[in-house]
Amino acid sequence: MVSGRSDSGGGRRDGRARRMPTAVKIVIAGGFGVGKTTMVGTVSETRPLRTEEILTDESVGVDDVSGVERKTTTTVAMDFGRLTFRDDYVLYLFGTPGQERFWFMWDEVSLGALGAVVLADTRRLSDCFPSVDYFERRGTPFIVAVNCFEGARQYDLAEIQQALNLGPKVPVMLCDARRLDSCKQVLIDLVLHAMKSRGLPALEPQGA
Amino acid sequence: MMPPEEPGQEPWPQDPALHTPGHERIYDESAGPMVRPYVMTSGRIEPVHGKFDLITLVVAAGPEPEGPIGLGPEHLSIIRLCQQVMSVAELTGHLDLPVATVRVLLGDLLGKGLVTMQEPEPEADMHDIRLYKAVIDGLRAL
Ligand SMILES: Nc1nc2c(ncn2[C@@H]2O[C@H](COP(=O)(O)OP(=O)(O)OP(=O)(O)O)[C@@H](O)[C@H]2O)c(=O)[nH]1
Ligand SMILES: [Mg+2]
Repeated sequence: MVSGRSDSGGGRRDGRARRMPTAVKIVIAGGFGVGKTTMVGTVSETRPLRTEEILTDESVGVDDVSGVERKTTTTVAMDFGRLTFRDDYVLYLFGTPGQERFWFMWDEVSLGALGAVVLADTRRLSDCFPSVDYFERRGTPFIVAVNCFEGARQYDLAEIQQALNLGPKVPVMLCDARRLDSCKQVLIDLVLHAMKSRGLPALEPQGA
Repeated sequence: MMPPEEPGQEPWPQDPALHTPGHERIYDESAGPMVRPYVMTSGRIEPVHGKFDLITLVVAAGPEPEGPIGLGPEHLSIIRLCQQVMSVAELTGHLDLPVATVRVLLGDLLGKGLVTMQEPEPEADMHDIRLYKAVIDGLRAL
């Protein structure tokens, strides 16, 4: 900056920097087609966006004919939405691809996350095993939200807790990813659970 | 995979950043998704400056520069989008570029002092009770 006055260009820069909110993230995980994108879209204040990472798989080997190394590339997409709270906090919700081969993406998105919602579909309960395993191993606070698809047999929450081999402290709840009030409740329960898991004091209960 | 947008009704307000004059999709589908990003970054895959998490917040240090100062159109698009605070993830979404490419471009801008960034502090912040209160209050008010 050439200007000598601190309240000109430089001052503006400081002003902008001071207004930077704190970014927080929550991961929405679960198997294929379980409602991750739906949940992100239901809660987001802006149209959900998609971020892409390009994977290069160099293990494919060398092309016999040309001797040129052949690489395959895969694009991994992740949906995310945003919620702004009081101008000083921004919450990002990331819907991560459920396949285990995308671990690197999970690592990136889980690092520093407030917590995770694992969506489960009772018709394919085992699809959420990798997500449950992952967050358990990583120590990321998570809750399991059971999406109620039409035609699915109704399970008891305790039954699901048992089938997933979850510790008694992991909350399991029903949800409908298409409904805002349901998603809100899931996220609030997750935040409360995350506070408890991190040893923070409980907030005073609040009347509805 | 399904695109996140559902056709038809649009419950979300239009993002003003997307309607800045001159902003258009800089991603050229016909060139193929694998080539363009590397051209933009001259083959670099790691940013020279800074580490950018997906939720690292970035803001431009000033308005979009007028003359060419060794920046490509993608750098300028980032400065334009970053007139408001924006996360790395949002930039990649708006620019339709892979995360790795956006990181390299941001590293260039950071090196030139054209953007400032706020990196989230992993785990440390997660014991700040104010953060939880703010998130719960915000969710309840939805
Ligand atoms: N009945 C019911 N249907 C739902 C619910 N959530 C999502 N769906 C439907 O399930 C389908 C898949 O939802 P998505 O949100 O695309 O699932 P996803 O987990 O993002 O899927 P992938 O990204 O492909 O793994 C859509 O047709 C949704 O409308 C729910 O809570 N209840
Ligand atoms: Mg999806």
